[in-house]
Amino acid sequence: MTLLVVLEHDRGDLADASLEALTAGRGLAAANGWPMHAVIVGANGENLASDAAKYGAEVSHVVGHDMLVDFGPEAWGESVAQLARSIDAGAVMASGTERGNEVLAQIAARLDEPFVANCVTVTPGDPWEITRVQWGGSLLEDTTLVAGMKLLTYGHHSLEPSPADSAGDGSTIAFTPELDATLARTIVQDRTVLTKGVTLATAPVVVSGGRGVGSAEGFGPLEELAELLGGRVGCSRAVTNNGWRPHSDQVGQTGTRIAPEIYIATGISGAIQHWVGAMASKNILAINTDAEANMVVKAGHAVIADLHQVVPAIIDEVKKRKGLA
Amino acid sequence: MSEFPTRANVVVIGAGIVGNCLVGHLAELGWTDMVLLDKGPLPNPGGSTGHASNFIFPVDHNKEMALLGVQSANQYRDMNLSVDSGGIEVARTQERMDELQRRMTSAKAWGVEAQLLTPTEVKELVPFINEEVILGGFYCPSVSVVDSLETGTVMRKLAIEKTGLQVFANTEVLDLETTDAPNGATKISAVVTDKGTIEAEYVVIACGVWANKVAMMAGATIPLVPAVHQMADVGPMDVLAETNNEIGYPIVRDMDTFCYERQSAGSMEVGSYAHRPILHHPDEIPSNEEAALSPTEMPFTPDDFDDQMEQAIELMDMLGDAEIKYAINGLLSLTPDAMPCLGETTEVRNLWSAAAVWVKEGPGMAQVVAEWMTYGYPRVIDAHGADIARFYAAERGDDHIWARAEEHFNKTYGIVHPAEQWEGRRDLVKSPLYEREVALGAYFFQARVWERPQWYESNADLVERYGLSEREVEWDNRWWSPIIDAEHLNMRENVGMVDLSAFQIFELSGPGAIQFAEYLAVNKVDKPVGSSTYTPWLTPDGGFHSDLTMLRTGEDTVRIVTGAFDGGRDEFWIKKYLPEDESVTFANLTMSTCTIGLWGPKAPAVLGALTDIDLSQEGSKYGSLVNAEIAGIPCTLFRISYVGDTGWEIYTGWDNGVALWDALAEAGADHGIRPVGIGVYGGTGRMEKGYRLMGAELESEYNPVEAGLARPKVKAADFIGKEAYLAAREAGPAATACTFTVDDLTDSQGRQRYMQGGNEPILTLDGERIEDSHGRVSRVTSAAMGPSVGSYLLLGYLPTELAEVGAKFQVMYMNELFPITVAATSGSAFDPDDTRLKS
Amino acid sequence: MRILVCVKRVPAPGAKILVTEDGQDVDAAHLGFTTSPHEECALEEAVQIAEREGGEVTVLTLGEAAAEEQLRYAASVGAHNAVLIPTDGEPWDPQRTARAISQAITDLEAADGAFDLILFGNESADSGGFQVGVRCAYALGRPIVNGIKGIEFADGVASARREIDGGYEVYEVPLPAVFGVKEGINLPRYPTMKGRLASKKVEVASMELQADSGGLARVRLHRPEEQVSETVILGTGADAAGAVCDLLEELGVL
Repeated sequence: MTLLVVLEHDRGDLADASLEALTAGRGLAAANGWPMHAVIVGANGENLASDAAKYGAEVSHVVGHDMLVDFGPEAWGESVAQLARSIDAGAVMASGTERGNEVLAQIAARLDEPFVANCVTVTPGDPWEITRVQWGGSLLEDTTLVAGMKLLTYGHHSLEPSPADSAGDGSTIAFTPELDATLARTIVQDRTVLTKGVTLATAPVVVSGGRGVGSAEGFGPLEELAELLGGRVGCSRAVTNNGWRPHSDQVGQTGTRIAPEIYIATGISGAIQHWVGAMASKNILAINTDAEANMVVKAGHAVIADLHQVVPAIIDEVKKRKGLA
Repeated sequence: MSEFPTRANVVVIGAGIVGNCLVGHLAELGWTDMVLLDKGPLPNPGGSTGHASNFIFPVDHNKEMALLGVQSANQYRDMNLSVDSGGIEVARTQERMDELQRRMTSAKAWGVEAQLLTPTEVKELVPFINEEVILGGFYCPSVSVVDSLETGTVMRKLAIEKTGLQVFANTEVLDLETTDAPNGATKISAVVTDKGTIEAEYVVIACGVWANKVAMMAGATIPLVPAVHQMADVGPMDVLAETNNEIGYPIVRDMDTFCYERQSAGSMEVGSYAHRPILHHPDEIPSNEEAALSPTEMPFTPDDFDDQMEQAIELMDMLGDAEIKYAINGLLSLTPDAMPCLGETTEVRNLWSAAAVWVKEGPGMAQVVAEWMTYGYPRVIDAHGADIARFYAAERGDDHIWARAEEHFNKTYGIVHPAEQWEGRRDLVKSPLYEREVALGAYFFQARVWERPQWYESNADLVERYGLSEREVEWDNRWWSPIIDAEHLNMRENVGMVDLSAFQIFELSGPGAIQFAEYLAVNKVDKPVGSSTYTPWLTPDGGFHSDLTMLRTGEDTVRIVTGAFDGGRDEFWIKKYLPEDESVTFANLTMSTCTIGLWGPKAPAVLGALTDIDLSQEGSKYGSLVNAEIAGIPCTLFRISYVGDTGWEIYTGWDNGVALWDALAEAGADHGIRPVGIGVYGGTGRMEKGYRLMGAELESEYNPVEAGLARPKVKAADFIGKEAYLAAREAGPAATACTFTVDDLTDSQGRQRYMQGGNEPILTLDGERIEDSHGRVSRVTSAAMGPSVGSYLLLGYLPTELAEVGAKFQVMYMNELFPITVAATSGSAFDPDDTRLKS
Repeated sequence: MRILVCVKRVPAPGAKILVTEDGQDVDAAHLGFTTSPHEECALEEAVQIAEREGGEVTVLTLGEAAAEEQLRYAASVGAHNAVLIPTDGEPWDPQRTARAISQAITDLEAADGAFDLILFGNESADSGGFQVGVRCAYALGRPIVNGIKGIEFADGVASARREIDGGYEVYEVPLPAVFGVKEGINLPRYPTMKGRLASKKVEVASMELQADSGGLARVRLHRPEEQVSETVILGTGADAAGAVCDLLEELGVL
């Protein structure tokens, strides 16, 4: 039996997520007493095998085919499924990225085996005992897995990647799958660069103002900061009610629900209806004079000060670091 | 953040509209060393204030609710946190149109500007309304929309600036600790929170839907239940957005569908009191962390709201195409009798309740509690209806709270008759004579928990005998019967027996009993054994707290007899003031005592047949107590009358009640004896004699001088309110209680109408409101037929300078004016010389 | 165009999710229920496509009887037909779910014709299995791409966009096709009052289906160790700007 780890690569480098998968896979393979093999689909496979070896892959299977030049979930899934079958893999795993979960689901569908997404711990045995992420990490699920071939992904960011104590030799084995021409239907055809004008709903940074901004003009500095960070300006309901910003800028239950990388909430107390719109944000920085304000209490980070002093200072610092000042 | 305190004079739990306004008012009254806690964040900790619809309709038939609503609206206005949007109650039915006439009457009473509108006029104010489904509207321009969260912040900051109030948000109360106090009482000692324990002299529970849960931590009860009020915010709509305003159109209350439509910037909030009652136990309310929105914004249950949506669309078609952007099952507090829970809890000294208060009356109710804590009783208004001590034990359990809340939730916008009776939770406390009364066809009214016969169907034959009839208009006839008047006339002609077992009877005993009794009462109690004292109990400010009878039953014992509506408050008042040296023992004898009133010209003859004792005016003097056997049953005879005919209150043991009743009925058979209901005792009989009633004429806003109950001299002993009482005597009355006769009951449609004693305004001949020099409005406090004087009678106060017998005024009823005349300013309309009592 | 959207009824919790005592489920006693967010977007996309291209939207769910609430919600925002595959209330694992849904789709198509487009959510908000759509597409022999944030049509081909770092991948997928849709593709509309009232008249078809479970069995749900979520105070004045920018750099937005 073998543990197969499906690798993702980005412009010639192994993705960080795949290093995590190799690190996790190494432990799992050892617990089973199995060797860990890597799977590299598409071009440049040989170049990546040595990296995989550093993280403990004994062998890298380099899967090549005309239809595997670019990513295609069905073609990738079919190819790895064929490989796994051909080497009688005991388990196939990947990192729980968008592609990782998609490819494993494709394999699972083809092999009619269970697939366990976003695992945190996996303990082999009879059955395998697994703890996995539910509710985006708010809950964990203990589950048992019984399967001919175990298919799973490890939750992205659930561990720190680390190289193996003894690296493999970087040897590769080529594998050429048999792919039905119809699978070309789900191969990437084109790539477009993100256009500049991000929307409030999709912006990676939202700089938002509330009653504390005080006026329509008060939003000038927020606009500037948002611009500098490639983000958008949002606001609370009190602001639209006062006519300082249009309704389309309103974040909240009755406005837009956002999920940016960081939400910078200035002068916003954090009424529930507003919070509901902002709570999916990955990080929240509250700038408020009131340390007891709901937004401050709920935020990961806060500055307890007047936004009219802090925001211009941040703008200056951002400009300095961007080399604009 | 300041360090968490270990000691404070006052800890207020709950930073909603009530808690915030309370600390503000307390600060203004000079309180210091205060701490305000809330388990949620600020400024919106997640209680009911956070999702309140924030509008105030100032017209209510209930005086406390109306005047505190106006008071609150003014406080919001003074802070510039209020907009007068105006509001219209629209009617879809004729019955509602009649109710709007009654609203006009109450608006007049409280001095609130209002007018009735035709459907077309409604549409001029609310252009998007479908005027075809309404018959008219009641428009009140001073309806306001307030910012309750900001008001809370302002009041909190006021207290911080004035007195250094310490505020701790995100601090959950885990327990309340108490210590033993004299007379077997307990006293609050500390508040235990997740951030530490604060020892406190006073603790106020102002945490709304959680109030009872927190009170129970100390062994106290605040009878309220969290109940759902559904609302949905729909929009945006151009016509609303174009106002560029939080509110640009009057609020519409669609009264017959129990819904309202309130603009909120570009959206319309549709709220409902029409859905099925949805009650929750406090433990079912999620924490701030667990709640998807806030703890009191529970998941919307759309199936309960569909009918309301259809009705809303019918009234305003544009709502149908607007998106439902936010909809909640919002929690608010309901109590068993739809009134707030204010005052010191009866179970734990210095633990106060400021709960079951909505945004519309929040600042005013907070002021009431702050004054109560400061002065011993509120000054801004009499608050007996909101006094938490009003509840008996049977009203404090979940079964009762839930049943009553379920019954009255749908009456929030309902048409509620002043005499309206509850359907559920009846027969909670029954008289020992109950079986007899049922057999006599008693029609029971409930006095809080007590079932009392209002009249007896077995007396229906008297209606014909006295040539009486039903009233013409159903509303006037509701909760009334001509049998009441018939029982009255038979009593005046022959004799009647009245079950008074609902009297609340207390006993004070011990070496300090007499001195303590004196301290409670205005009039002298320390008289020979066998004497009685009819007396007010005053608030420290000299207004009426109680009005009752005290009987000197022994050297060291005083018996106190008070009404079924007042027992809870009076018992608490006694216990609150009991001397700390434990020289007085309190006992509640209510459930061991049966009381039967026997009155009428033939009462001496009936009783004389059953006893050997001397029943003459010499042998059984008016106001005296005599122990006697009646038909072999040990009884106490108290010669007194609240109905104007000679006779006795006869006390006996609970278990002897039926035998006594049967003996009286048998002995009275040849004398024309009939059972008589409370309709006569508290209504017609009392009114003909002009006797005042606690809670009607007698309130803390009036003093004995004004009520006509001041004696010629003031006793030497000290008593609660004495200083204020002396000052009131010195100043003379600003108002005088009067009995009026209605000169003509005919309305504009030629129908005879009968005022209900529901605060109908008394007006000048020009139709102007009358206020005395203290700003108190003249209004009807009691109303009933005077069958023996042949007039319909009203009681109410007039400014003293207007209170002259024969003076002419008008009373407004159902928005029509009826001529009235002052019949008496003291004394009675019937038998003013009390010859019948002395015969 | 005939479009099918598959949705899941999930609780709508707050920041802290409680688990029942037996650990078998989320304690939803005091929670509302909603449509899993990716699926809500899939539904909105389907309705928009039908409005744009013409056609009919059918919404399907597998769940307890109460899941009718989510079907009615879908109808209130524009779905035309509703199908419920009732379960006994026990959670079905992904394989069992996919088998039943695939069978249902086959049966629906046999009766009324093929769906041109089938939309799933990328993953469910609760269990997050990332697989039911893929399994169904494979069972039906149709192409599927996940993570879709944009769909357009031309000549029987769906052009679907998937977000990647700094841009989009574009897939040209012939119809009939299946997509796993991701939140952010659109801003789902709210129901109107009239929509809500009309939804009550939509008939919910019930399809009793049985399917075998796979090899996954829940032992229990539990909450991760409490993360102490004290707010980190970066400063109390303008001098906090440096710390703020450090944070922005750490997050990769500066």
